[in-house]
Amino acid sequence: MTMEKTEKATERELNINVHHVTRLEGHGNIVVNVRKGRLEKAELQIVESPRFFESILLGRKWHEAPYITSRICGICAVGHAQASIDALEAAFDITPSRQTLRLRKLLLHAEMMQSHWLHIFFLAAPDFFGAGSAIALVDDHPELVRSALRLKKLANDLADLICGRKVHPVSMKVNGFSMIPDESELARVRKRLIAARDDVSAAVDLFAALDIPDFDRETEYVALYRPDQYAWIDGRLRTTDGYEYPVQQYRDLTNERVVRHSTAKHTRHARDSYMVGALARTKINFSLLRPEATEAAYQLGLSPDTVNPYMNNVAQLVESIHCLEDSIERIEDILTAGLREERREVDVRAGRGVGAAEVPRGVLFHDYEIDDEGTIVDANCIIPTAQNLGNIEADMRALIPEIMHRSEEDITLALEMLVRAYDPCISCSTHLLDVSFVK
Amino acid sequence: MKPRVGIFSLSSCEGCQLQILNMEEELLDLVQAIDLVSFREAMDPISGEYDIALVEGAVTRESEVPVLQEIRRKADVLVAMGACAAAAGVIGLRNLRSPEENLRRVYGEHPDVADDVTVARPLDEVVEVDYYIRSCPIDRDEFLHLIKSLLMGKEPYDPNYPVCVECRIDENVCLYDLNDGEFCQGPVTRAGCGALCPGFGSACMGCRGLVDDANVESMIDIMVEAGIDEREARRRLELFHAGPEGKKNDNGED
Repeated sequence: MTMEKTEKATERELNINVHHVTRLEGHGNIVVNVRKGRLEKAELQIVESPRFFESILLGRKWHEAPYITSRICGICAVGHAQASIDALEAAFDITPSRQTLRLRKLLLHAEMMQSHWLHIFFLAAPDFFGAGSAIALVDDHPELVRSALRLKKLANDLADLICGRKVHPVSMKVNGFSMIPDESELARVRKRLIAARDDVSAAVDLFAALDIPDFDRETEYVALYRPDQYAWIDGRLRTTDGYEYPVQQYRDLTNERVVRHSTAKHTRHARDSYMVGALARTKINFSLLRPEATEAAYQLGLSPDTVNPYMNNVAQLVESIHCLEDSIERIEDILTAGLREERREVDVRAGRGVGAAEVPRGVLFHDYEIDDEGTIVDANCIIPTAQNLGNIEADMRALIPEIMHRSEEDITLALEMLVRAYDPCISCSTHLLDVSFVK
Repeated sequence: MKPRVGIFSLSSCEGCQLQILNMEEELLDLVQAIDLVSFREAMDPISGEYDIALVEGAVTRESEVPVLQEIRRKADVLVAMGACAAAAGVIGLRNLRSPEENLRRVYGEHPDVADDVTVARPLDEVVEVDYYIRSCPIDRDEFLHLIKSLLMGKEPYDPNYPVCVECRIDENVCLYDLNDGEFCQGPVTRAGCGALCPGFGSACMGCRGLVDDANVESMIDIMVEAGIDEREARRRLELFHAGPEGKKNDNGED
């Protein structure tokens, strides 16, 4: 990459080409062309190889779907298994038990915390400290790295306890779990969650002191919503432009289309693009955050009016506090009720089912059609990052003119940080990243 | 001198890289013993030179072939990391249909967004592989064992007995009769995972691939006796290793 000195913004020539952006899950390029101060191209090119999961699912038996689809993504494997199971249960008209729902929500919290902490501390934080990786932070910020590792391990341990293995869950099944976690182990993890409050509040203090880039652009925000609790699985789709749909009608929201520079499809709804993920969820569910998370939100400058996409990192930190506090309470509820082995009856029948889950990067949809032998005959998966791609590009188009006077190096960093703020999960969405100023 | 290690990713879910990042307790010690020079998921690149290359994912595009060949050329030791790299993994299932049909099914009228898509191939179909870390995703202990072995100049241990052996040692309840639509593949699957899935009450799905001399036909017979039709039984066994041969095992379209 070369530095270009230009005197006037109106004569600015910029060609940015960041090939395979690092600290991202998957392969993508940022390509920006500016000619005579006018932005000609701002693309997030998705070069990840397509893996054809929707095609792979055809002809497979229903019970293989959660195994196969969790392999769409290493980071949100639990979320994919959950959306898959949710779709199957909808198709078979199964209502899971209260115990199953409690364990699933706890497990989703574990994945949310592990993914958010991984992103905040390992993928995004190095930008704020001017380091190339969290590993490079060990010398200057050893306590930060150690507490990040402790937190991540805690979230992973909680997930492993419930589903066997966080990266590609084992015991998540239609209508229940193949193994119920040990109550004394849950009680032990609960103590560690309580102890983790100190690490998390130290992270809040640290982030409150960081300069989050200043950039506002309002868009349409989409998340699951239910009136009584911060929604993760069982809710309706709600948008900040005033729309609401049952999850079965997700296609009315997503309107998927193929774009030339991306092996991940784009989506749009009321505007040219919309945003899903932590920032969208906190906007739509702000009043439903736990008080500890609300307090942190205000300390970090996050409110329901926030429209700065860089604040997605902050929203992730806020959500992780919500999940931490909610997990502590949920485990108490689970232990009070006591865990028991439950029968997992599945009455296989022909039908269609749509599953939706809020996973770390936003709302995820699985949609299957199943024949009377339990074979999958049609499948559609819409991944959060695919829904965000159009919005990331819209942000780039709005941001570049605002920062056009800066050096090419600064602009590149601002764009990489923007893309990373969305925490894109590219493997997922191609089923997707790299920055490129083209000469 | 500490060996320089590069971690690379072809077509995959990046779950194997995550398993490395998920070794919270060992990660700081690990970076004392090796120089991580490339690990795109976790860091900006430091150097293009490395001694050991760990590659996850399968080869699914023509454009990935020269990338893998370059990695092979630079590395003294190349390790296929995980089921996709070792046996094409779950993404090998796409080989049951032609690349053209897969493109049409997913991208409809615009199959040209990814025009160099091929069948999914394990790494050793393209380059020579020195070691394998099997399973989907890799097991953290097995990864550490391999790194320690390489550091000490010893051959890493690769079990060649079925999962059932480890399952019995763990005193798990046998899932052979699991009346769950699933069918435990422990008897024909290579051990090394500590029978993780059966330990969680879930059938072995064969992610580590077949043990040498696995009696597959006998396994098929038993599945047929249990009421699973033969074609379906064969499909079950190939969940993680349909590989480039997958097409041959399938008797036609659905």
